[in-house]
Amino acid sequence: MSLAERACVSGVGETAYVRGSPKSAFELQIEAALAAIADAGLRPRDIDGVIPIGIVSGIAEDFIDNFAIPDLHFSAVIPHGGASPVMALQAAASVVASGICRHVLIAFGRNVSAAANKAGARIHAMPQFHYVTEFEHPLGNSAPAQIYAPMARRHMELYGTRVEHFGAVAVACREHAMLNERAIMKKPITLEDHRNSRLIADPFRLLDCSLESDGGAAVVVSAAAAGHDAPRPRVLISGVATGHPDSPASITQRPDMTSLGLAKAAPRAFRMAGVTPADIEVAEIYDCFTYAVIRQLEDMGFCAKGEGGPFVADGRLRLGGALPTNTHGGLLSQAHVWGLNHVVELVRQLRGEAGRAQVAGARLGLVTGYGDLGDGAIAIMRRG
Amino acid sequence: MTDTPARPEPPPSALSAAYWEGLRRGELLLQVCANCGVPRHYPRLLCCECYHDGVHWCAASGRGRVHSWTVAHYAYHPAFAAELPYTLVTVDLEEGPRALGRWYGGALAIGLPVRVRIVQREAGPELCFEVADAAAS
Ligand SMILES: [Zn+2]
Repeated sequence: MSLAERACVSGVGETAYVRGSPKSAFELQIEAALAAIADAGLRPRDIDGVIPIGIVSGIAEDFIDNFAIPDLHFSAVIPHGGASPVMALQAAASVVASGICRHVLIAFGRNVSAAANKAGARIHAMPQFHYVTEFEHPLGNSAPAQIYAPMARRHMELYGTRVEHFGAVAVACREHAMLNERAIMKKPITLEDHRNSRLIADPFRLLDCSLESDGGAAVVVSAAAAGHDAPRPRVLISGVATGHPDSPASITQRPDMTSLGLAKAAPRAFRMAGVTPADIEVAEIYDCFTYAVIRQLEDMGFCAKGEGGPFVADGRLRLGGALPTNTHGGLLSQAHVWGLNHVVELVRQLRGEAGRAQVAGARLGLVTGYGDLGDGAIAIMRRG
Repeated sequence: MTDTPARPEPPPSALSAAYWEGLRRGELLLQVCANCGVPRHYPRLLCCECYHDGVHWCAASGRGRVHSWTVAHYAYHPAFAAELPYTLVTVDLEEGPRALGRWYGGALAIGLPVRVRIVQREAGPELCFEVADAAAS
């Protein structure tokens, strides 16, 4: 039995995205959760499944306590970093399709303003980074920018991918952020600004790197047949899949370091949805680094391996281009909440609620997640 | 004496104790499956070819070729701030597995032949690679 269109996203919510929030990660998570539940036309106690994202904010018990949930039927923790929100859509769709739950909450909050929470510090407390922590951190390979950079360098050397290809991703995201009142980055950038931004970990420059920001985001996944009076248009989960690269915990040891878990997941998701990349009208692609967008476009089959650089040139990812991507500004220019903001944006696009960044008439889109060192997830969604 | 903070040290692990002992002696050791002979790195419990958990620790030849690299221009740990910019190189070892090391040489290219060099530092042994030809002369 296929999972296709057995579940829908019934509610989405976000906090303001800022740097230096006075609120704790849990407060931000709860604020976003309440917004998503209200958006779904539900009361907090109607939630009967919860998937808290990450390990720095609330756990299932906190939601039972604060929402007075009388009978929680399901909870799970998905420990795959930025792939977790889209992986959680798969888990949530599975439990509502099978009748275990009616309404599953997926919620995340983060406050990275404390020094201990900065990239390069926090990952070394996470078990999935144990190889990096033991064998690479002592050499100075400490943070995602450094750890991922050899993937991008190899892609450049093998396929001729260029700095301006990375720049095209950064510029498209920034243009979209300029249209979004919930985006942190408000200053326009050009390809020259990108090229002239300082090197962080060659080939990554400052404008290749996603933001560090505080905030929360949440979605509610309901059974497509739940039958409650949802106030918003339904957005159906048509195809969803997750995948892991070989040697998931070490990029150094990965047989092909230019391939991600998404390469395994994407064909399954497209098959489930019964569509092809050519049918996709809007894409929200996990953009921890500009290169990650190029790599994932190849892994999903939008272009052949090695052709992702030229594919993103000439404005293809911009509004009005052939594949408007990261219409909210992405992790690069809106905010970094592990890509749950990408799920929120895709739902808004498919409802027709994306404001100045609306892709006219969009009915079919996709969102990806990319976590830790290459775990991947994809959800293809359709206006119901 | 400067007040540069110490480099991060690898957390102790029973699985890899022999690897670190080898590096301190100046040898790059790899796990080799005691049952089927397949080498593996980084150290892990099982051979993924035959699922045997016995290993021999064998010295790598030290020869390899460059797979990729990055040059760090920003220090995410204060110990490395004074070393910027510094280069990290990923190497395909002759035996099959890869290794990550520091690179103090010149221009890099995929496939460049390199050889291992182990430098003993205060925080522990540092795995480095250098151009194979230069080391042979
Ligand atoms: Zn074996």
